[in-house]
Amino acid sequence: MSKMHIKMTVNGQKKELLSEPRQLLIHVLREELGLTGPHIGCETSHCGACTVEMNGKSVKSCTVFAAQADGAEVTTIEGLGNPDGLHVLQEMFKEHHGLQCGFCTPGMITRAHRLLQENPNPTEEEVRFGMAGNLCRCTGYQNIVKAILAAAAEMNSAKEAAQ
Amino acid sequence: MRPFDYRRAETLDSVAEGGRIIAGGTNLLDLMKLQVEIPDTLVDINRIAGLDRIEPQGEGLRIGALVTNTEVAADPRIRAGYPVLARAILAGASGQIRNKATTGGNLLQRTRCPYFYDPAMACNKREPGAGCSAQGGVGRMLAVFGTSDACLAAHPSDMAVGLRVLEARVEVRGTDGATRQLALEDFYCLPGDRPDIESVVQPGEIITAVILPAPVAGSVQSYRKVRDRASYAFALVSVAAVATMRDGRIDHLSLAYGSVAPRPWGDDAVTDALVGQAPDAGLFRRAADRLTAGHTPHPDAAYKLPLLRRSLQSVLHEVTGLSEAAIGTDKAEAFA
Repeated sequence: MSKMHIKMTVNGQKKELLSEPRQLLIHVLREELGLTGPHIGCETSHCGACTVEMNGKSVKSCTVFAAQADGAEVTTIEGLGNPDGLHVLQEMFKEHHGLQCGFCTPGMITRAHRLLQENPNPTEEEVRFGMAGNLCRCTGYQNIVKAILAAAAEMNSAKEAAQ
Repeated sequence: MRPFDYRRAETLDSVAEGGRIIAGGTNLLDLMKLQVEIPDTLVDINRIAGLDRIEPQGEGLRIGALVTNTEVAADPRIRAGYPVLARAILAGASGQIRNKATTGGNLLQRTRCPYFYDPAMACNKREPGAGCSAQGGVGRMLAVFGTSDACLAAHPSDMAVGLRVLEARVEVRGTDGATRQLALEDFYCLPGDRPDIESVVQPGEIITAVILPAPVAGSVQSYRKVRDRASYAFALVSVAAVATMRDGRIDHLSLAYGSVAPRPWGDDAVTDALVGQAPDAGLFRRAADRLTAGHTPHPDAAYKLPLLRRSLQSVLHEVTGLSEAAIGTDKAEAFA
């Protein structure tokens, strides 16, 4: 059961580490790399709190072995914004009360970020469908959807202004 | 999770050296966490070249085993010619899971029977000969067709139901490197007294592709999934249909049913009796009655029979144009 040499680019930084084959990506991110933004909610691929981007796609990092992420580009919530410069989605979650206890928020925002890359102008229905893999135990879905739609509008008008 | 060795296969030949195959891992990881599966070695097949493409084959399509569920559902050729497949896939799981789940892995996912997932309970699928705790247990998700005394578990896939209604074939590569193709209905084994044997894939073998025949031009296709909540839940029952009409009669019809059997279910006698007929509510009711006649499922799952009868009748109304499609339906027209 030898350890494996894993290389990943995480939030733009190259990382190398030794991983046991059974280590999950979420454990490597949180415990080896200190990125505690992605949360462990259920660890059974249901709740989506551990959502990160891997090679440009949303995945549940509790359902990926770190070994499967070898060579991958990974983005966590820490790669989207920081306290000095919040991402538009983070601003809009704040504005529209898109979080209550906050536990699901990193997964929600990371998933929403990818959703808006794939569909920059979604309908409310498309947001709800796209976010179906992220559960909020406070059931704050209305304001989460509002925040994502507001972020989409904000990002689109910023894009137009830049043109 | 129990420790194991992890090996990356670079070629199909090296798969034959053995070990439990991992592709997306979306079901396998759950099973390993619960120690329902305890492989000594995992063989990661994600780097094998050539399995991640959808290519024309004859008048149809060849979907490589590593093409993800997201990619299949988004492919313009699938959406145009095989919309029932795209809709079945999108009715299942969530975006994150579909991004990882592969075509081959979806076919080989295990049942979600709660007794299979609980090593404290007896399960012939997990441990042949141990018994079946679902018999006399709690079981509203259990199968109602094709079960045996040894196993009542249902196959949970939506995608596989879409593939069955499209008469897809599965390409399996043997340990000698030769490939063979099986109709989807012949790919899965019924449980009998060995519910641990779920498909014809033997150790060391691998699914390499799924082959779709030519699209049924002008067909109306529908996938109706009935579940406990509007998204992100396994089907209680599902009905997939592909139909064409000519001169007011059913010209071509294919039907498949999900979450009611250990494999995507079909009943040729029911389907054949509808072909050539003019659509009619009485005709559809008799077809539905025939589909479920003579089955006495586990009492907790018995509701599935009337639910399936109503779902089939509704879908038949929809795809033959006898009545307007229901709100929120998954009906679509296919074109070649």
